[in-house]
Amino acid sequence: MMEKKEVAVKVHGLTKYYGDFLAVDNVSFEVIKGEIFGFLGPNGAGKTTTIRIVTGILLPDKGKVEVSGIDTLKNPIAAKKIMGVVPEVCNVYVDLSARDNIMLMGKMYAVKRREREERAKELLQKFDLWERKEEKTRRFSRGMKQRLILAMCLIHQPEVLFLDEPTSGLDVKSSRMIRDILQELRSKGKTIFLTTHNIDEANILCDRVAIINKGRIVASDSPEQLKGAFQKTQSVEVSFNVTFADVNWMESIPEVNRCQRLGDKFKLYTQNPDALIKKLGEHAMKNNLHFTSLNTLGPSLEDVFLKLTEERETTDV
Amino acid sequence: MFKEQRFSNFIFNLRGSLVVAEKDARIYYLKPPVIIFGILFPVFFFLAFSLGRQVQTHILVPALVSMTLFFTSSSVGPLVTPWERGARTYERLLSTPVSLFAILLGDVLAGLVFGIVISFAPLLIGIIFFHTSILHSAIFLVGMVLSSLCFSSLGVLLSSPATEAPSQVMMLSALIRFPLIFISGIFIPLENLPSWGKAVSSVSPLTYSADLIRYSLYGLEFYPVFLNIIALLAFSIAFFTFAVKLHRKNLIKAL
Ligand SMILES: Nc1ncnc2c1ncn2[C@@H]1O[C@H](COP(=O)(O)OP(=O)(O)OP(=O)(O)O)[C@@H](O)[C@H]1O
Ligand SMILES: [Mg+2]
Repeated sequence: MMEKKEVAVKVHGLTKYYGDFLAVDNVSFEVIKGEIFGFLGPNGAGKTTTIRIVTGILLPDKGKVEVSGIDTLKNPIAAKKIMGVVPEVCNVYVDLSARDNIMLMGKMYAVKRREREERAKELLQKFDLWERKEEKTRRFSRGMKQRLILAMCLIHQPEVLFLDEPTSGLDVKSSRMIRDILQELRSKGKTIFLTTHNIDEANILCDRVAIINKGRIVASDSPEQLKGAFQKTQSVEVSFNVTFADVNWMESIPEVNRCQRLGDKFKLYTQNPDALIKKLGEHAMKNNLHFTSLNTLGPSLEDVFLKLTEERETTDV
Repeated sequence: MFKEQRFSNFIFNLRGSLVVAEKDARIYYLKPPVIIFGILFPVFFFLAFSLGRQVQTHILVPALVSMTLFFTSSSVGPLVTPWERGARTYERLLSTPVSLFAILLGDVLAGLVFGIVISFAPLLIGIIFFHTSILHSAIFLVGMVLSSLCFSSLGVLLSSPATEAPSQVMMLSALIRFPLIFISGIFIPLENLPSWGKAVSSVSPLTYSADLIRYSLYGLEFYPVFLNIIALLAFSIAFFTFAVKLHRKNLIKAL
């Protein structure tokens, strides 16, 4: 019953230097048609550089890119016609109305006039901008602009969307609206490639995730499969009214994977913060210690990378 | 098959240039200050050069027309790319299926049309106040189009530095454009210039533009018509080729 999976984006051996600096190091991945693929990585990981190469804005030093079977490097025009792109830092034309912004993009992609007008109307309504369509976008809120930007990249009905941190800097309502729309687009068979440094977003939204750090892909799987890695990097930060040299007792708690001293605080990595906190409480009670602070921290990207990079290096050996 | 693909890409890009030109016109050119300065600047320059001096009409009108062409065609072009960079609209423009070449051609086109339209103002002044008439209308048309093509390409070349600060580009553009006016000596007939003056003026495209337009209005020329045309064409091609190269080179630096 295995369905043959069509590949929408195929990237092979992508390498990009800025001067001497290696920003993208032999990156390969495939995005299956109809999925939301997340590119997860911390600041400076190389996400934007990768997306710029794939969308034909930058040329790589090495590597191959195919979008829907079209070689982006050999035929950028044909490839760009079927892509919808939202760059990382991107704005609307503030001197044009919402409607004219969409129409301008329609013209850039040579969408026929009738179709352009119909689609623009649909999009403005869908993105809740219809009431203010004639207004210059100068005074639009951040969220409205971001919605308009997404609408602009959909005017030519692209098959594949490339979104560089589409929800960063947005309030909950706008992020949610954008996520809902992305899910709806997927259900209509569009392929979506997005970058994010938000683990939760990757979890909620993506069918598969590739994790990139320092220009290299360190893991690539479904968010469920990567959950283990995420969970191992949850942590509890604790400090007591006394400082002690001997932290053996903490390290010997079975739930603690690793203990790190940060000034007068201790950071304890664990898969099970709940059980760990209970044990800490018991110990404090018995020894008459007072908590001066106690924090639970969710998985942090940096820690996930460290973990994954370590795991990879040990399995590599 | 491959040839067909290339041809359709070419047409697609050309159409893209028109869309870019329209966008430039709407967003950057059709602003009252831009238009007013486009007319006022050459008039001030004209007054500065001609007041208290007896400048003959057959020098004055062509000089005024070609200087207005020069000023207006190259006025906004240097700012378009820095503005787009600063406004964060540049990268999306690059992600559309229109090549950088075609985008820049669109920018040139916008400056060209703007320059020609505004330059009808000094021509009208000539016709109304100095009894100027157009002697060779075909040459006049060619002169207007080639001159503004050339100056507009210069403008687009000046927009290539990897900056999003318009002030930097304005400085650079002033440093290049003003000296070009001085060395062209367009308010002095070329034949009256000393030989070093002739040599210096020959590196400025404005010289050929004024000479060509003078011929089309009064039938007077210093260089042969075809030489003026070739010079303007050569300058245009050189400016534009250089512009595309520099823009491509600086593309990532300011992204
Ligand atoms: N134009 C450039 N010139 C030189 N170095 C660059 C350039 N653009 C990016 N870099 C460097 O390349 C690395 C990768 O940058 P990139 O923007 O791809 O990261 P990113 O994963 O998108 O990060 P962020 O989450 O901050 O957006 C960074 O170290 C960055 O400093
Ligand atoms: Mg980025």
